[in-house]
Amino acid sequence: MRIFSEGDLAEAVRGAAGPLRIRGGGTRDVGRPVTGAVLDVSGLSGIGLYEPGALTIVAGAGTPLVEVEAALAAEGQRLAFEPADWRGLLGRGGEPTLGGMVAANVSGPRRVQAGACRDALLGVRFVDGTGAVVKSGGRVMKNVTGYDLVKLMAGSWGTLGVLTEVALKVLPAPESVAVLVLEGLDDGAALAAITAALGSPYDVTGAAHGASGTLIRIEGFAQSVTYRGERLAALLSRFGAVRIEADAPVCRDLWRGVREVAAFQAVPGDVWRLSVRPSEAPGLVARAGARAVLYDWGGGLVWLLMPEGEDLRARLGLFSGHATLVRASAETRARIAPFHPEPAPLAAISAGLRARFDPRGILNPGLMG
Amino acid sequence: MDMPRPDETILARRSAIVARLRAVLPADAVIDDPAETLAYECDALSAYRCPPLAAILPRTTAEVAAALAVCHSEGVPVVPRGSGTSLAGGALPTADSVILGIARMNRVLEVDYDNRFIRVEAGRTNLSVTGAVEADGFFYAPDPSSQLACAIAGNIAMNSGGAHCLKYGVTTNNLLGVTLVTMAGEVLEIGGAHMDAGGLDLLGVVCGSEGQLGVVTEATLRILPKPEGARPVLIGFDSNEVAGACVADIIKAGVLPVAIEFMDRPCIRACEDFAHAGYPDCEALLIVEVEGSEAEIDEQLGLIRQIAMRHDPVEFRESGSEEEAKKIWLGRKSAFGAMGQINDYMCLDGTIPVSALPLVLRRIGEMSAEFGLGVANVFHAGDGNMHPLILYDANTPGDLERCEALGAEILKLCVEVGGCLTGEHGVGIEKRDLMAVQYTSADMEAQMRVKDVFDPAWLLNPAKVFPLALSAGRRAG
Repeated sequence: MRIFSEGDLAEAVRGAAGPLRIRGGGTRDVGRPVTGAVLDVSGLSGIGLYEPGALTIVAGAGTPLVEVEAALAAEGQRLAFEPADWRGLLGRGGEPTLGGMVAANVSGPRRVQAGACRDALLGVRFVDGTGAVVKSGGRVMKNVTGYDLVKLMAGSWGTLGVLTEVALKVLPAPESVAVLVLEGLDDGAALAAITAALGSPYDVTGAAHGASGTLIRIEGFAQSVTYRGERLAALLSRFGAVRIEADAPVCRDLWRGVREVAAFQAVPGDVWRLSVRPSEAPGLVARAGARAVLYDWGGGLVWLLMPEGEDLRARLGLFSGHATLVRASAETRARIAPFHPEPAPLAAISAGLRARFDPRGILNPGLMG
Repeated sequence: MDMPRPDETILARRSAIVARLRAVLPADAVIDDPAETLAYECDALSAYRCPPLAAILPRTTAEVAAALAVCHSEGVPVVPRGSGTSLAGGALPTADSVILGIARMNRVLEVDYDNRFIRVEAGRTNLSVTGAVEADGFFYAPDPSSQLACAIAGNIAMNSGGAHCLKYGVTTNNLLGVTLVTMAGEVLEIGGAHMDAGGLDLLGVVCGSEGQLGVVTEATLRILPKPEGARPVLIGFDSNEVAGACVADIIKAGVLPVAIEFMDRPCIRACEDFAHAGYPDCEALLIVEVEGSEAEIDEQLGLIRQIAMRHDPVEFRESGSEEEAKKIWLGRKSAFGAMGQINDYMCLDGTIPVSALPLVLRRIGEMSAEFGLGVANVFHAGDGNMHPLILYDANTPGDLERCEALGAEILKLCVEVGGCLTGEHGVGIEKRDLMAVQYTSADMEAQMRVKDVFDPAWLLNPAKVFPLALSAGRRAG
């Protein structure tokens, strides 16, 4: 069923006889496979309000992300959290939408400096499992009026409600960018270099380590980027030769590679995402025995290419953080919980929230486990 | 301000309840002498007072859990309290409630520069979090103006902001994890030193829940390397509209100052009389602060000067020294003291879209004349978080009520133009009855369901956030 208005959506949810699979652009087939009637919300599309001077944009949940990014670029602005397109990684078609991005809380390499998608999310409207239309937050940058259901909806993968509209904080796009590249570092040395850069006052907006080397990004006004690039190069020289890449298209491609995990695209294997404290990442990676590894977020996010059908968590043992199975066959995703199992008391709270927002259990049931 | 009638059966069992608390807490952690509980009768919204049944001051998470389990089994409401600096009455007791003060839990538990976090007990004051790491070149970014006194626990409860959140965000953007004790006495670890939630973002909904979902006893906070330097400029304008347009142009130009503060004429005058900061006599004044190396600061301020000049300012003052920089901030930082000197005041904190600034300031001026009460405006202009200060005389009968009525009108205006009731202070009791201006019953029902899950008996911080009529069935149950 394709939906074109919030009212129709509310009615469709109220009248649903069974489970619903909520679909925006259909680009992120993640989580436990869900059976049910497809509820296509890509028709809830369009930018409702964009005020560059207030750094705010409000748009329908079905609005294609490219449309939003084009509107922002025309004003020299952007979504600072750098949403990632996972089509290549997941081998999917379709068109990423704003609602899908929020439901998955997708944040790219700039997460480490600008925060996550959820941090830029100012307000949401959604239809809960009873068919009630609910709003939370608004369109202003500071808002503590009532509980922050905005954060709760971000990353809830449509299991608490179906997003109809989202408001986001945007930021100016920088005039200039540069990437410091170190080659040939092992994981430990790379993490040490990245940690030194992130602990410096030079406002690093990306720090990754993988097949393209160890990458550290700075952005801003041209003179400032030059200055900070030089200071960082001096700071990092003890780790090896530092090359400063200042060609904008080259820099863009390097970070697209990180953001979209280019190295794992069209390569067989399951893909896992680990969120951990950076200093613990190399040790966990050593235990994982992965076919390939990409560190992002200064080492706080680790992408692992693993043999198919294996439970990475069994190899890692107990650790603080979480592991998410992002890409695997439907059979594997039915067998191994894609989302990290929560400790019992937290699982009880999550289950309680789902039971209250979706009492009939019809919104992407079971997707998050 | 209506508060629910205290539960007589609880009042009647007072000594038995206190005895049970004494059994699980050290002797000096339970306060029930009426002369001493008086100290907990209000927070910084001092117009409202009510001594609690008792106050407890635990020193450990285990003590908090034990005390909450006792209160839970006795059906006694609990009001968590950080430093008591809430301007919204977030820590106002009811007569049948136990105040749970977290102030004794103020230790630093872990500092980790490589992973850029600090773990503290939640009673620690905001400024002393930065104090623990600044010698090593780091800081904790959220900086509410009460930061010398306010506790991290309270910051988390209200999702506090500050002057520098245009660049660094508010508490929720800098909070990585909490230890949360539920009303039933269960200890939960939510989040940690890693980024983002593996499942539902429970941390996100705990932050800003005004102490109604659990008691936060420990917090893992993101710390950042200090910038090389920072420098403010002061820009004076002869109209609010022009100052507002200048703010929008600075933001559109791609400069992201760490702070843009705005003061209107009544506020400039009061601050000048009080602090003698040498502010120009004009309609509107901006303080814009940027960060970086000396050269980076020069570059950004050069751009800001170009933009400001297009708006024909009456003054553009740069600071050539630390001394001059301090002087630029002096008046702004003494704004609240200056107002207190003139009269009693009520501080609002509604947020509006920056584009609505001129309209809202004009309407506030008109309302101020209508109600016959002075209003001075000082606020964080970059993010639209206003702080209208309404002056009134607490000793004049009817003045407080008139002040509150004017405050309500101003907040309704904020919502009308697309903003919200509170940007950083929280709802508390102060804005509880205005919630319906911003939210439908369905919106509030969705929020209350979250409380149903965390605190099914609705014992934690009662009578706050939601209109009493709306929460009545749940609180009674």
